[in-house]
Amino acid sequence: MNQADVIEQPATPSPLTPRRTSSRWLFAAIAITAIVALPVLSVAWLALFPDENIWPHLINTTLPRYIGTTLILMVGVSALTLAIGLSTAWAVTMCEFPGRKMFQWALLLPFAVPAYVIAYVYTDILQYAGPVQGAMRDWFGWQNAQDYWFPEIRSLWGATLMLGLVLYPYVYLLARAAFLEQSPSLFSVSRSLGHSALSTFFRVVLPIARPAIAVGLSLVLMETLNDFGTVDFFAVQTLTAGLFDTWMNLGNLGGAAQIAMVMLTFVVILVTLERYSRRRQQQYAARDNRAPIHRFTMSRPRQWICVLTCATPIVLGFVVPALVLARYAVIYFDQSWSTGFVEITLNSLFLSTAAAFATLIIGLTLAYSRRLHDTRPMQVMMRLSSLGYAMPGAVLAVGVIVPMAAFDNQIDAWMRDWFGVSTGLLLSGTAFALVFAYTVRFLAVSAGSLESGLQKITPSMDMAARSLGKSTTATLLQVHLPMLRGTMLTAALVVFVDCMKELPATLILRPFNFDTLATHVYQYASDELLGISALPALIIVLAGIVPIILMSRSIGSARAYSQQ
Amino acid sequence: MKLRLAALATACTVALTPFAAAASGEVNIYSYRQEFLLKPLLDAFTDETGIETNVVFAKKGLAERLDREGRNSPADVVMTVDISRISELVERDLTAPVDNETLEENIPENLRHPDGKWFALTTRGRMIFTSRDRVEEGEITTYEELADPEWEGRICTRSGKHPYNIALFSSMIAHHGEEQAEEWLQGLKNNLARKPQGGDRDQIRAVTEGVCDVAIGNSYYYGVMLQDEEQRPIAEQVRIVFPNDEGRGTHVNISGIALTNSAPNRENAIELMEFLSSDEAQQIYAEANSEFPANPEVSPTGIVAEWGELNADTLSLQEIADNADKAVRMVDRVDYDN
Repeated sequence: MNQADVIEQPATPSPLTPRRTSSRWLFAAIAITAIVALPVLSVAWLALFPDENIWPHLINTTLPRYIGTTLILMVGVSALTLAIGLSTAWAVTMCEFPGRKMFQWALLLPFAVPAYVIAYVYTDILQYAGPVQGAMRDWFGWQNAQDYWFPEIRSLWGATLMLGLVLYPYVYLLARAAFLEQSPSLFSVSRSLGHSALSTFFRVVLPIARPAIAVGLSLVLMETLNDFGTVDFFAVQTLTAGLFDTWMNLGNLGGAAQIAMVMLTFVVILVTLERYSRRRQQQYAARDNRAPIHRFTMSRPRQWICVLTCATPIVLGFVVPALVLARYAVIYFDQSWSTGFVEITLNSLFLSTAAAFATLIIGLTLAYSRRLHDTRPMQVMMRLSSLGYAMPGAVLAVGVIVPMAAFDNQIDAWMRDWFGVSTGLLLSGTAFALVFAYTVRFLAVSAGSLESGLQKITPSMDMAARSLGKSTTATLLQVHLPMLRGTMLTAALVVFVDCMKELPATLILRPFNFDTLATHVYQYASDELLGISALPALIIVLAGIVPIILMSRSIGSARAYSQQ
Repeated sequence: MKLRLAALATACTVALTPFAAAASGEVNIYSYRQEFLLKPLLDAFTDETGIETNVVFAKKGLAERLDREGRNSPADVVMTVDISRISELVERDLTAPVDNETLEENIPENLRHPDGKWFALTTRGRMIFTSRDRVEEGEITTYEELADPEWEGRICTRSGKHPYNIALFSSMIAHHGEEQAEEWLQGLKNNLARKPQGGDRDQIRAVTEGVCDVAIGNSYYYGVMLQDEEQRPIAEQVRIVFPNDEGRGTHVNISGIALTNSAPNRENAIELMEFLSSDEAQQIYAEANSEFPANPEVSPTGIVAEWGELNADTLSLQEIADNADKAVRMVDRVDYDN
C-alpha cells in the first residue's frame, strides 16, 4: 500500500512527466492559477493598507471571544459532520437494512438546503410563538416565557447544529465513495487476523479512507469559517462577525481584509497539518476491487438502529425544513408567486451550470498538470487556487471587483486614448463577473475531488498509454476521463448545488435588475418576511434534489462498473 | 480542445453582453434597501416620467463596487437606510453635489448635506416600546432612563452593532460626552433581559411574550406589524413611546439618496430625486412603509398620523455619523452583545 517513493522526493519530476508536451499543461496551470488567485491576492493587497491598526482594540476587547467562538464552532461542526457522515456512509455501504437503497441518496438531501434557510426555519419553529413552544404552553398551562425554560436556538449550539445538519453530506459523500472503493478483501483479512468489526473500522477502513474524509472535512470547515448568514442571524460572534464589524461599522476595509487573511492562514495551517501527518502514505486503487461487497446481515434491533441513524439527519436536515417551507409557500402563494419566477429560476440554473462547467474544466487542468508535474511549486499553485473557498463570500466579491474593475477601466482608458471611444465596464457588473466569482469560490470543491480521483488511478495506466504512443492530452481524454466519469459528475454537481445556494457574492456583483433564487429569498427574509421567501427557498431546495440523485447514482454505478 | 475553449469563451462573452445596462431613458440605482420596498415608489416614478429604473440591492459592498468602478460606473444614485452608510460615500468622495431648488425647498436644511451631497427622504424614530400590562404609561419617557437599575433584566434590544443602535449610541455620545455615554450603555447592558439577537420586530415580539417589558426599535417596524393581520395582535399588546419628547426630541435616523460622481444619466437621476421628495412619493413612504416624511409640508396619513407629531432631535446627522466609530468601540468595551 505504501508506495512512498513518489512522494518522498518532491524535487525530482514525477515519473509521469513527459519530455515535450508537458510544458503546455504547465503553462495552462500557471495561467489559470494566476487568474483564479487574483481575488485572494487582491484581498491580501487590501490587507496591506488598513485605515488604522485595528488589532490593539480587537485584542483588548472582542478578539479572544471571536477566536474562542470560532474554534468551538469548528470543533462542534467537525464532530457532528464526522459522526453523522461516517456512521451513515458505513451503514449504507456495509450493512443490509430496510430502505438502504433509498437512504443512499436521501442522505444527500440536506445538502440542497442553504444554511441560512435552515436557520430561519428552525428559528420559526422553535421560537416562543412557534408551534413547539405553543404546544408546550397549551399542554402545561404556562402563561409566558418567564414560566419555563426552553433551549435558545439562536446560540452557539444552535449554529453548530444547523451547520452540521446541512454540511455533513460533504463527509458522507466522500466517505461513502471511499468505502465503496476499498477492497473488501482488506476487511476480510483484518477480520481473519482477529480484529472485531469495530476495530477493523478504526484500524483499516478509516485510515484508508482518510484522504477522502479529510477533503470532505476541510470543505465543511471552510464553509463553517466563511459562513455569515447563520452566525449573524443567531448572534454568534465568530471571526466573520468581527470582520464585517470592522468593515461595515468601522469603515476599515483594510482591517477587515487582515482578519480575512488570518482566517485564511487558519485554513492553510489545518490543511497542511493534515497532509503532513500522512505524508508517507500513497495509495492507489487496489486491483482486486472486483470482489463484491458482502454486507452484514443483522438482527432486527440492529437493523432498526441503522434505519434510525440514517433517518434522523434526513428528517432534521431536509424533511422538516422542506415541510415548513412548503406550508408557507402554500399560505403565501398569492403574495410570493410572480411571473418573474421563471426568469429568476433560469438565472440561477444558467449561472450554476456555467460555473459547474468552468470549475470542472479548470479543476481538471490543474489536477492533471499536478499529476504530470508533481513538484513543490505545482502543489503550492494547487493550494493557492483553492483558497477562494476559505473566504467569506462578500470579501471574495470585493476581491473580484478590485482586479476586474481595474482591468475594465484600463481597457477603457486605452481605448479612449487611442481610438477616442469608451468601452465602459466590459466585465464588471455582468453575469460573467458572477460566474468568475463562483468559479473562484468553488474551485476547491472540484479541484480537490478531481485531484483525489486522479491519484487513485495507478500511474502504470499513464505509462502504458504513453508507451503506446499517446500524447499527454490523448491519455487524459482516452484513459483518465472515462475512469473519472463518476468523480467528474460528482464534482460538477456539488458545485452546481453550491452555486444555487450562493448568496453574498451574488448580491454584490450582480447586474441591474438581476435576481437569482438566493437573492430573491434574501430580499424578503432580510426584512423578516419568512412567509414570502418560502416559495423561492423551496425552489432552491427542489432544484438541488435532481443533481443530488444523479450524483448518488454515479457513485453507485462507478462501483457496479468496476464489478463487471 | 483549446480552440473549443476559446470558442466557448467567445460565446459566453457574446451571450452575456445584453446583461450590461444601457443608457438613455433610464436611471440606475445602487440600493441598500430591498427593491420590493422601493417598488411602489419607482413604479410611480416611471408612470409619471417614462424613465425606467434599474436596481441592484445589497446590504454591503456597494460603496466598494462604486468606488472601484470609478468613472465608468453605471450607477446614477445610491439609496441608503442609515446616515453612516451615506456619509461614508461622501467621505470617499463618491457623491456629487446637487444644487436644485425643488430639493432644497422640499427637504429641510438639517436633513440634507450642506453642499447637496445627500438628501434625506424619510426619517424614522428610534422608539421605546413598553408592555401595556406590565409598564405604566409614562413610567419610562427617555433614553437616559433605560439605564436606571429599576429596569434590570427587563429590556430587549437587537445587536449593539446594528447601524440603528450605533446611531442612537452616537447621539448619546454627542449629547453627554463619551465617558457618560459609556456609563449609560453599561447601565443599559446590565438591564438586558437576554443576549442581544434578532431584528427590531423580534424585540417587540419578546415584550408580548413576556421575555422583557421594554424594547428599543424603529417606528416603522411597529407600523408594518400593525398593518399585518398575523402580527397585529402581537403589536397591539405593546405601547409606542416617543423618547425624550419633552426634551431634546427623539433620535431619528434617515433613509436617503445621493447622486454619484460618475452618474451617466445625471438629469434622470435628479428627476428621480425630485420626485422622491415630492408630496406623492412622500405619502407612499408614509403609507406603505410607515416612515415619517422628510418633507415637512407633507402630513402623513394612516398609522403614522395616529402616533402624533414627531419631535425629532435636531442634532446634526453629520455629528452622529462622525461619532459612529466611537460608538462601535464603546459597544465592544462594555461587551454589549454578550
